[in-house]
Amino acid sequence: MSTTSSAFVRGSFIESRRPPRTSVGVIGWARANLFSSLPNSILTLVAAAFIVWALTPLVRFTIIDAVWSGEDRAVCAKATGACWAYVKAYLPQFIYGRYPIDQRWRVDIVYALLALALVPMLIPRAPLKRLNAAFLLFAYPLIAFVLLTGGHIGFRGGWLPAWIVAPSPLRFFAEYALVAMVLLLVVGLLARIAGHPVAGSGRAAGIVLGAIGLLLLVVAADFGLEPVETSNWGGLLVTLVVAVTGMVASLPLGVLLALGRRSSMPIIRLASVIFIEVWRGVPLITVLFMASVMLPLFLPDGVTFDKLLRALIGVALFNAAYMAETIRGGLQAIPRGQYEAGMAVGLGYWQRMRLIVLPQALRLVIPGIVGSFISLFKDTTLVSIIGLFDFLGQIQASANDAKWASPVTGVTGYVFAATVFWAFCFAMSRYAAYTERRLNRGRRR
Amino acid sequence: MSDVAIAVEAAAKPRALSPTETAVELIDVNKWYGDFHVLRDINLKVMKGERIVVAGPSGSGKSTMIRCINRLEEHQTGKIIVDGTELTNDLRRIDVVRREVGMVFQHFNLFPHLTILENCTLAPIHVRKMPKREAEDVAMHYLKRVKIPEQAAKYPGQLSGGQQQRVAIARSLCMNPRVMLFDEPTSALDPEMIKEVLDVMVGLAMEGMTMICVTHEMGFARQVADRVVFMDGGQIVEQNDPVSFFENPQHERTKLFLSQILS
Repeated sequence: MSTTSSAFVRGSFIESRRPPRTSVGVIGWARANLFSSLPNSILTLVAAAFIVWALTPLVRFTIIDAVWSGEDRAVCAKATGACWAYVKAYLPQFIYGRYPIDQRWRVDIVYALLALALVPMLIPRAPLKRLNAAFLLFAYPLIAFVLLTGGHIGFRGGWLPAWIVAPSPLRFFAEYALVAMVLLLVVGLLARIAGHPVAGSGRAAGIVLGAIGLLLLVVAADFGLEPVETSNWGGLLVTLVVAVTGMVASLPLGVLLALGRRSSMPIIRLASVIFIEVWRGVPLITVLFMASVMLPLFLPDGVTFDKLLRALIGVALFNAAYMAETIRGGLQAIPRGQYEAGMAVGLGYWQRMRLIVLPQALRLVIPGIVGSFISLFKDTTLVSIIGLFDFLGQIQASANDAKWASPVTGVTGYVFAATVFWAFCFAMSRYAAYTERRLNRGRRR
Repeated sequence: MSDVAIAVEAAAKPRALSPTETAVELIDVNKWYGDFHVLRDINLKVMKGERIVVAGPSGSGKSTMIRCINRLEEHQTGKIIVDGTELTNDLRRIDVVRREVGMVFQHFNLFPHLTILENCTLAPIHVRKMPKREAEDVAMHYLKRVKIPEQAAKYPGQLSGGQQQRVAIARSLCMNPRVMLFDEPTSALDPEMIKEVLDVMVGLAMEGMTMICVTHEMGFARQVADRVVFMDGGQIVEQNDPVSFFENPQHERTKLFLSQILS
């Protein structure tokens, strides 16, 4: 071909050829990412050597040298690897704690219901989302409560004189009805003063009070279940109860606190700020100690408060404060124009928040919310300091059992605990990442 | 800009106006931001079907004034009466007024997490308690009016500025308002998108919608407005029919403003 002329006419078309073997596939990828230059090649080899050096003992301990079966400590006494036989023997305890063996089917139902309701909730295409969410948020906690504790709470009522009604569930519900009526009156009065429609506010308050009444009726009813003290609960059961309650309660509470902190009403704002800053300024361990040691001192004689319940409330309120700050970050990112557009089309405050502001704000802070959930899940281990046996606490306690005591028992337990915690947290993290991607599709400016 | 003026001129035709009822009335309205006196003794009466254009330099209080009409801003003294309802601290009255007054913003303020159709049906469903199906029919009707029914399933972020502003107008119309407020609806738009929005506004004006527009589009004012209100320093300096206003301004401040804006 002449190089002096710029004219060129192609004689035949070039057939498509395969790219060079060295630029595609495994080889191509390795070349581009691992061995692109001499320093990079050296770094790759050093890193590979480190991984092999670090992982080999772990693999040896957990798999190759591990003891997989046996009846007692004899099989693990000389072992240099993990004593999985011990984990196998104790697995029921890790899952149920000291829950009576013949009653464990109740815990199984609670676990199964949670899985059955949660899985379709998490799959975006599954139908009946609203019903599903209602079941998870309202019916499920009630069912779980009755199944786990046995229900049949003996309410006796507090202040109606005994000569009118003797202390009994009847007195309690009579008192509840009286309190509810007074509250309804107050709400109606406040609505009138604030200029809201009285009928609407009254109906809303009536529904809430009615629902609480119904809830109290259900927990007071006798379903013939043998009561199980919460002190007998333990292991994964306690971990999940504390974590799930904490998550479910802290999110709505956090939303309310975040909205309160941005409210235009100074008293609500001040109350929210005080609540948030007090709870955030105190370590969770202190909160738990206060709940378990100090609170009973302040309560009148004879009033007892379940220890697990106290821990649950402490954990929920503590996390609500953190959640509030996370959500507030999202609220601040929503432009003023969104609020104004909502006002201009006539939406009320709660409608604006529910339909316009929160859907956008919560979407922005999904990573923060999941971060809080993950740390909450791991913080459940702290309840062991007030004598509740969570998953980790149960494992620690069992490691001292003379039947299985061996040099590797404790380590095995910790490896097992770490793996289970990691699995839960990693699952949450991945699901959050998936949700983020799904919600971002086609909706960015 | 002159293209726009011509287009507007072609679309607008004089219309017999027989004002009988008051739509919006502001009586001695004053407002302060802290110590700063933003609105001073504003008196303005807008009849049903009247088209008012509010002009003036930035910072003259014109946006603040129309934002007081649907209570996005609170006035401290004076009276504002919208469609027979006086605006006070009573939340019920504010709700009544906001239901009857539509507003279009400079920055559209569409809800980015909702589709165009959902943007339009949100308020009818939740404020007017309209069944979803019916609200969607209404929304599609108005989306056709603003000539973008084919975008109904998209999200606001996928539309151009002009399209978004037309959706914002449709969103307001879905509430079937008695009065429409426009707060510089074309100021954030590229020049070539201004026309499509003005065309929609002219169409609305032709149908007899009561409109109060804060705008710098003098061509629009000249052709559509029944009255031009000129504001400066938080007060109404001059108001007149567009012909007199543009041909024969009285106040020195108006003359200066017009000489700068029309040069």
